Amino acid sequence: MPQLNAVPMSWYLILSAILFSLGVAGFLFRRNIITVFMSIELMLNAVNLSFVAFSQHLRQVDGQIFTFFVMVVAAAEAAVGLAIILTVFKNRQTLSIDEVSSLKN
Amino acid sequence: MNFFLISLIKTGIVAGVFMTTLAYLQWIERKVLAHIQSRVGPYRVGPHGLLQPLADVVKLMTKEGFVPSHVNLFFYILAPFLAVFFALISICLIPFGPSVEIFGVRTDLGLADINVGVLFVLAISSVGVYGIALGGWASNNKYSLMGGLRSSAQMISYELPMAIALVSPMLILNDLSLRTIVNEQAGYYLGVIPRWSIFQMPFPQVFSFLIFLISAFAETNRVPFDLPEAENELVGGFHTEYSSLNFAAFFMAEYANMITVTCLATVLFLGGWHPLWPVEYGSDFVPVLLMLGGSAVLLFHGLIQPVKGRPWDRLTMPAAGLVFGAIALVFLVPVLKPILMPIFWFVAKAGVLLFIFIWIRGTLPRFRYDQLMNFTWKFLFPVAIVNLLITAFAVALQGPKN
Amino acid sequence: MDLILFIIFATIAVACGISLVVQKHPIGSALSLIGVMGSLAVLYLLLGAEFIAAVQLIVYAGAIMVLFVFVIMLLNAGEETIKGRSWPSRLLGIPLLTVFLGLLAYLLQRMGPSMGTVTFGAFNVGAKEIGRSLFNHYLLPFEVTSVLVLIAILGAIVLARKEIDKCLN
Repeated sequence: MPQLNAVPMSWYLILSAILFSLGVAGFLFRRNIITVFMSIELMLNAVNLSFVAFSQHLRQVDGQIFTFFVMVVAAAEAAVGLAIILTVFKNRQTLSIDEVSSLKN
Repeated sequence: MNFFLISLIKTGIVAGVFMTTLAYLQWIERKVLAHIQSRVGPYRVGPHGLLQPLADVVKLMTKEGFVPSHVNLFFYILAPFLAVFFALISICLIPFGPSVEIFGVRTDLGLADINVGVLFVLAISSVGVYGIALGGWASNNKYSLMGGLRSSAQMISYELPMAIALVSPMLILNDLSLRTIVNEQAGYYLGVIPRWSIFQMPFPQVFSFLIFLISAFAETNRVPFDLPEAENELVGGFHTEYSSLNFAAFFMAEYANMITVTCLATVLFLGGWHPLWPVEYGSDFVPVLLMLGGSAVLLFHGLIQPVKGRPWDRLTMPAAGLVFGAIALVFLVPVLKPILMPIFWFVAKAGVLLFIFIWIRGTLPRFRYDQLMNFTWKFLFPVAIVNLLITAFAVALQGPKN
Repeated sequence: MDLILFIIFATIAVACGISLVVQKHPIGSALSLIGVMGSLAVLYLLLGAEFIAAVQLIVYAGAIMVLFVFVIMLLNAGEETIKGRSWPSRLLGIPLLTVFLGLLAYLLQRMGPSMGTVTFGAFNVGAKEIGRSLFNHYLLPFEVTSVLVLIAILGAIVLARKEIDKCLN
């Protein structure tokens, strides 16, 4: 049992893995497009946690710089993605990804 | 354990003073607004309406707190809780005074001092949007939803100039921790002019201060930016469906935000607890003179020239005058001076800013929503960026410090 | 002390993550995601990344999630209807996910003892170090990211403006 002041490094990585798989589960199983988007954000957050954990482990600041860039790119992606969702909603009146399938068959 | 006990005591004191200030800020606001509008204000409950906040609290608590059947219950209850939580949490960071020694215990006057204090305050104000947005949405009411969305859009639009106006003094002061920022504003130029942020060379931060104040008006939903919650606009906006204690929570959150924002402006721009002119030239006697002046005015109006038709003034005004005189004498005690002086200057500066908030409420009309949005995106944001560029240029020209 | 804080906030993060996948109404999922981001911010503080924790709250929880909540409120998205899923996904979905998770956990446990522990205060990175690294070493990605954000702003404005034109005509 580790002492009360130190957290084993692998625990952070296991937490990151659990959050990532929850994000994958949400992405694959949910039907509402906004929830799918939020699962993508959950996956990005899990990866951010991995980066910061390794930055602390290797005593380098580069991991946190990468986290910074991931956050900026996530912000840009969320903005454009939500604008696209709004447009799709105005045209199709639905938010379910099964019904936006006019290119199929 | 000693550290925990001291922190607990300090938290208790700060929480108590903060809640009392919240209640009496409402009394001050009503009195000042009344005198701007040539009337008297609360007068009956207690001498000069001093017990009015108590009456208001009792009224709000005993009102029938009914929950409409068409609301989304979880978010309806969560929203005022979130609003109050994020409004009250920023007071933990603000330093009220230097390191003092009380009864042999050395402690800083202020609850916590984290390395990224300025960023944390920005984060709390960013997350504080949720209380209003969720409150407007949970009420299941078209007008509340519109009010909530408008208010949230206004708050996030005005966060941008506020953040940039916060960054400009950081370029000169070079640290993010609030206590270090106040410590760097000590000292005087030419022996007389204080080294506050608004006077600091290489570029006095006057424009940042003004931009920060204007954004603060919009962030706290005060006039002239209070369209989302005005009664004659959108049926009361996002707090239409709330009654009694929940409504009191939103109200409290607004005043708490106001106090937090003025304390933050004092710390960043007006030099925190440092006096206006050096101690050698007698700035220690300012509170004594102020209190004695107030006491003299009250005694004059009580004993010698009472206003006609107000019989109780013969008793209450001289009593208040004696209280003020006693406070003036307390400021002369040399043991208490290192504790009371910084707190006096901090409270005086924050008080002047709060008075300006209330003054503008009584003076200016309301902005329309599109005028409000145009004002921030087309005027305030570019001005903030230009100010940041000029400050950065001036700092780069000055070269590295020491 | 660190261990207790880690366990509490990791549990909150996982609980909010599960709630995100399970909730029917999108706004419940949005609030769960905000919960995940808040607990992750505390975990970043435990790892000594004070600037990243503050930026996570300002950018992620305070701006991106506000955007999500706005869109959910504007579109008035109702609850999801659970239609039947195709039988391959139902048969293989959850078992495969469990296998994936188990594999990851086993690999990490194998690597575990060689990685050591994290103590609070061992390596604190404030704004100064990040700024120094960002503007010296990583200047090119920084400038390119600002161009990327500009493109995103233009794209969002163009997409939103088409509807206004359509509405006016």
